[in-house]
Amino acid sequence: MAAQYTKGIAGIWDSEALILKAAAKTREAGFTKFEAISAYPVHGMEEACGIKRSWIPYVTFVAALIGGTAGLALTYWTSAVDWAVNVGGKPFFSLPAFIPIIFELTILFAALSSVGALFYACKIPRMDPPVIDPDLSCHKFAIFIPHNDVGYDEAKIEKMFKDLGANTVKKTEY
Amino acid sequence: MIKRNPLVLGNKTLKDVTDDICAPLERFPSKSWVAMFLGAKTLLLFYICILGAVVGVGIGLLGVTHPVFWGTMIVTFVFWIGIGHAGTLISAVLFLFRQKWRTSVARTAEAMTVFAVMTAGLFPLLHTGRPWLDYWLFPYPNQRGPLWVNFRSPLLWDVFAVSTYATVSMVFWYIGLVPDFATIKDRAKNKIRRSVYGALSLGWRGTAKNWSHYEMLYLLLAGLSTPLVLSVHTIVSFDFAVSNLPGWHTTIFPPYFVAGAIFSGFAMVVTLMTLVRIGFKEFQNYVTLDHMEVMNKIIMTTGMLVGYAYASEFFIAWYSGNPYERFVFVNRAFGPYGWSYWVMVSCNVLIPQIFWFKKMRRSIPVMFVVSIFVNIGMWFERFVITVTSLHRDFLPANWGMYQWSWFDTGVLVGSFGMFLTLFLLYLRLFPAVSIAEVKPVLHVGYDNEGGHH
Repeated sequence: MAAQYTKGIAGIWDSEALILKAAAKTREAGFTKFEAISAYPVHGMEEACGIKRSWIPYVTFVAALIGGTAGLALTYWTSAVDWAVNVGGKPFFSLPAFIPIIFELTILFAALSSVGALFYACKIPRMDPPVIDPDLSCHKFAIFIPHNDVGYDEAKIEKMFKDLGANTVKKTEY
Repeated sequence: MIKRNPLVLGNKTLKDVTDDICAPLERFPSKSWVAMFLGAKTLLLFYICILGAVVGVGIGLLGVTHPVFWGTMIVTFVFWIGIGHAGTLISAVLFLFRQKWRTSVARTAEAMTVFAVMTAGLFPLLHTGRPWLDYWLFPYPNQRGPLWVNFRSPLLWDVFAVSTYATVSMVFWYIGLVPDFATIKDRAKNKIRRSVYGALSLGWRGTAKNWSHYEMLYLLLAGLSTPLVLSVHTIVSFDFAVSNLPGWHTTIFPPYFVAGAIFSGFAMVVTLMTLVRIGFKEFQNYVTLDHMEVMNKIIMTTGMLVGYAYASEFFIAWYSGNPYERFVFVNRAFGPYGWSYWVMVSCNVLIPQIFWFKKMRRSIPVMFVVSIFVNIGMWFERFVITVTSLHRDFLPANWGMYQWSWFDTGVLVGSFGMFLTLFLLYLRLFPAVSIAEVKPVLHVGYDNEGGHH
């Protein structure tokens, strides 16, 4: 996927507690398009940023249904319709024997579709995303507000970030 | 409230965690690693030659002959598939049960799963004797009729179970690695390293929205893998249980196989983790004695489960009043293959009992030796089930012995070469402890509330 960079301003924090507070305050200040960046999932960040519950489970559920149906259709059509062979006097449509196939295809479809959904939701894979600070994937935390967000004012944001304990504030693109 | 032991020793900061876990990837390999790698790689080359001979000349090189037509290939296949199960169990089942200690061992256990399943997968393919026709196992529209596969056959259930298991565990493992690859990319000092790990990280950015989706996906994959792992060994046990052969045709097989798989898998995790701890000193703070002790407790529990299964099989053989069934079990313990039965019982039931003593559970040399014995015992369990049931069935005309050849030894020993080569490469190229998962549990045992999350 071609990278599209957005200009904006980022504050960088050193501690988990401060970033949580900062994310909540940024949200209260009316920003809606900001991103909170961390090296690991921070507990309570979804609430602080007002992120809704992920929609991936719906994809999983539908894909599981499709997988199960595909398994049933495949075994039924091949064994009872297209090329019905009498195996040891068993019924052409031997449902109990087909359960393992149906089960495995249910899991396979559900798992792979969920991963596909993650890729779609996170817009990955993408080449070479901009790096605000290499330490963000190690021990630092950041909030990035894009220039097209509501009430974007560099001076005000910089002051707000400083007041919230950010040790660096920089103009960057992301 | 009970005070928890810290999950990570040494009062590490977030930066320490990244530095420690990335260290083995970023420094020059140690002499002991190189020595082990050369050994494993030589064994792998030997394995390739042996398999080449077996494919080129035919599986007559192995000891399979009338009446034992299932031999090393099937025994070792079931063995390696079983090894894989502990990885999924640690990463999926313990995740669902909110067992935070899993974070330190999950990555390596999952890697073990992936490599064990890869090693296992070769056996049924080669066991067909004409591996170049193995694509016949897959249902696809073809010009042979169209002749479809027989979905009533347990061997076909295996194809679906093992390939789904391999795919899902690989995906689960890789998804767990993505944020860590991004960490390594950001630390990279040279361009090649940066591009390779950058590509592997898929451009992961770690925003709160991404993490929210990511955590949901991880939960879903854990939820999907849990029934999957139980189904795989259940289906492998159907290869036996669905037949009418005395000694195989038992309803206890699915749970008994699953317990055995967990047992052998955890033993392999302990074997590998002891070596990882010795080879990479910095991991001793992450994979602590507490972690090892918990795994040893699981080994002891599942060891007793399989012990119960052995006893119950005997009881049912007697209680069923079926003379064939009764004969098979008496023959198993006291017939010509009686030695293998007693190797199995000693290694799987008696030796793990040493873990009742806390001192033994926490001793690295003791657990290393016990885990090796368990692995030997579990290989023999599959040997006992496969060979002793086949070698004497209903008719004395079908009585005979398995003609073990040195090609069988080569296949068995060589498969360890493949597994260890992959595993050693993994230790040098991928972070062996999940960086992103260990960080949130750093404070467990250090704060007054006993850790939250």
